[in-house]
Amino acid sequence: MESLMMILIGVLVTVGTYLVLSRNLIRVILGTAVLSHAVHLLILTMGGLKKGAVPLLSQSEGPFTDALPQALILTAIVISFATTAFLLVLAYRTYKTNGSDDLQELRGMSDE
Amino acid sequence: MNNLLVVPLIIPIITAVLLVFLREQIMLQRIISFITMIFISIISFLLLNFVQTDGIIRLDFGGWIPPFGILFVADSFSLLLVLTANVLTTICLLYAFSTIGERHEKMFFYPFVLFLIAGVNGSFLTGDVFNLFVCFEVMLLASYVLVALGGKKRQLRESLKYVIINVVASWMFLIALAFLYGTVKTLNMAHIAQRVAEVGQDPVLTTVAILFLIVFSLKAGLLLFFWLPGSYSVPPTVVQALFAALLTKVGIYALIRTFTLMFPLNQDVTHTIIGVMAGITLIAGCMGALSGRDIYTIATYNVIIGVGFILIGLAVGTESALTGAIYYLIHDMLAKALLFLLVGMMFYVSGESVVKKMSGLIQNYPLFGWIYFLVMLALAGIPPLSGFMGKVLIGQGAIENGSYVLLAIGFASSIIVLYSLLRIFLASFYGETTISYEDRKPIPRGAYVAFVLLALSIVCVGVGAESLAIYVKDAAKTLMNPSIYIDAILKG
Amino acid sequence: MKINDVILRTVVKGVVFIILTLGVYLFFSGHNAPGGGFIGGLVLGSGIVLLYITYDLETVHRKMPFDFKKVAALGVLLATGSAIGAIFFDAPFLSQTDIYYTFPILGEKHLTTVTIFEAGVALTVIGTLVTIILSISEDE
Repeated sequence: MESLMMILIGVLVTVGTYLVLSRNLIRVILGTAVLSHAVHLLILTMGGLKKGAVPLLSQSEGPFTDALPQALILTAIVISFATTAFLLVLAYRTYKTNGSDDLQELRGMSDE
Repeated sequence: MNNLLVVPLIIPIITAVLLVFLREQIMLQRIISFITMIFISIISFLLLNFVQTDGIIRLDFGGWIPPFGILFVADSFSLLLVLTANVLTTICLLYAFSTIGERHEKMFFYPFVLFLIAGVNGSFLTGDVFNLFVCFEVMLLASYVLVALGGKKRQLRESLKYVIINVVASWMFLIALAFLYGTVKTLNMAHIAQRVAEVGQDPVLTTVAILFLIVFSLKAGLLLFFWLPGSYSVPPTVVQALFAALLTKVGIYALIRTFTLMFPLNQDVTHTIIGVMAGITLIAGCMGALSGRDIYTIATYNVIIGVGFILIGLAVGTESALTGAIYYLIHDMLAKALLFLLVGMMFYVSGESVVKKMSGLIQNYPLFGWIYFLVMLALAGIPPLSGFMGKVLIGQGAIENGSYVLLAIGFASSIIVLYSLLRIFLASFYGETTISYEDRKPIPRGAYVAFVLLALSIVCVGVGAESLAIYVKDAAKTLMNPSIYIDAILKG
Repeated sequence: MKINDVILRTVVKGVVFIILTLGVYLFFSGHNAPGGGFIGGLVLGSGIVLLYITYDLETVHRKMPFDFKKVAALGVLLATGSAIGAIFFDAPFLSQTDIYYTFPILGEKHLTTVTIFEAGVALTVIGTLVTIILSISEDE
């Protein structure tokens, strides 16, 4: 199961990297979103996929599953939600004021 | 008592949120944010003294005993940086009151500065790697907003790059965390240190360490500083000063913490890489500072030189070098903030950012000119100003360790710093003025107060190095002997 | 050109209530089962966004005269307040507590301070979500 997850993560990272490297702004943002999904899965996999019972002392005798990766992922999801949302707003404003969503054209001139 | 430790994080957040409701009352916003910053500065000073008598203190959130819960840890190193950061933010606020403009103030400028400082304080104080990531993100989100606030064409364009690069860097941080958790199964820094010491730093852990190095180098501007000059030159002056003083320094703090506490065992690999990176950073920064034609470029490349110099201290890794690095870190925070405020004010009064198009500023603004002269000397490391102790101690450490190449590059960079800043002084401050005394644009009084206070603190850190030594020595001792830190957290 | 959105309007009238109920349900179920403030807040927020999409800004704003920036701020205040409250009881920061209390009609219920924290999270999420969507859609 772990190796299957690793392949999935690899595919996601590939797709994300490809998108981040493109010139279109929206694609870059989608790329960062895909990358963050990949790393969430990575945290889940690195913590060990489900092996034991629910980590509630009253409900079973153990062995318990490690609940920490899920807590970490939830935090990471919230943070990536916030940054992605901010990036979208920023990209929209940049598009409005600069009149372009092509990163090549957003490079800026050295003589400015 | 221990609950005081969370004050530098939580009070700015609560105040920032309250300020959102006071959007229209600008005067009230100013007063509240200023009082908050003074309050936190006092608290951090008290904590710093408390640590001297009682040793490292920690606060377990929600009562979860380490290594299971999140915790805040305060040793002299982190508290010194918290104190410096808060003091200089307080002073920068004074500058902001008179210069930032109503438009920014109504667009939640003060709340975001407070969020920024909350993130910075949190990053300095946390004792948990994942919490470090969260605090980094709090700080970065605030900084994203502060870069983009104002919405000018160029600003938006540069902030977009800044945000994307930092999002990718944070992504790499998460990858490093995932692999770290996979190998040592813990996220508490002290516990990581203990486990790494138990099993030895095998190649996997060294790889993780290098991943952390890459992430923090991106944040600190060590070698991977390509994003820095663009994004530091677009926001308003105060924001630039805060960024130059705080953001890269948090990256440096994380680097020092990581490689003295968590991964200190394989120094042949990690510290050599840091040394090489610091050397290249210094050389590249010097080239940038020499070739820059406008004051902003020269100032931003000076930030990069500062980063490189501090990390020589870490790369060398002896006790005196680390003591020097801490001294220099404190000095650099204060001096870079002042430098950026001065540079911004030069642009404000002359309307020009190219060095050669300004001249004779000192005739119209004598105090302004002399303060610039003072910060220039401090940055070059002339005694008795604040940069001197750091440079001497880092140099001494490099000699002890036989790192003569780094020593040479480091001291050569000081001369370049002096040269690049002296060039501004000679061209822009000296010479005949083109504007008569009557026509000059007056410098706001709040700005003068900020300049004088920062200049005073630079002089104090320099002259009072002796009385500062107790704190710095203790900080360096804890960094050199991680067992003090580990014992304080895991035993008792 | 005005699009014909009769179907959207009719469907939304019914569906929004289901979405909001689901949001509240998720919020409370977070106590002992999957759910919680963040997810509940997201669902509630998306329900509100759906209203904004279907009807125009003014109509919704007349019925819900909130500044969503302030809703988010209130949420943060609530969450940090519940965290810092522990300090006044001489417990470590972020400590939470709970009691079982028997209400007259409802019977015995489990009350926790975590719920306050979660409510703060939910409000923050709703506030940020709606603010972001509105700030993209407002001009033009």
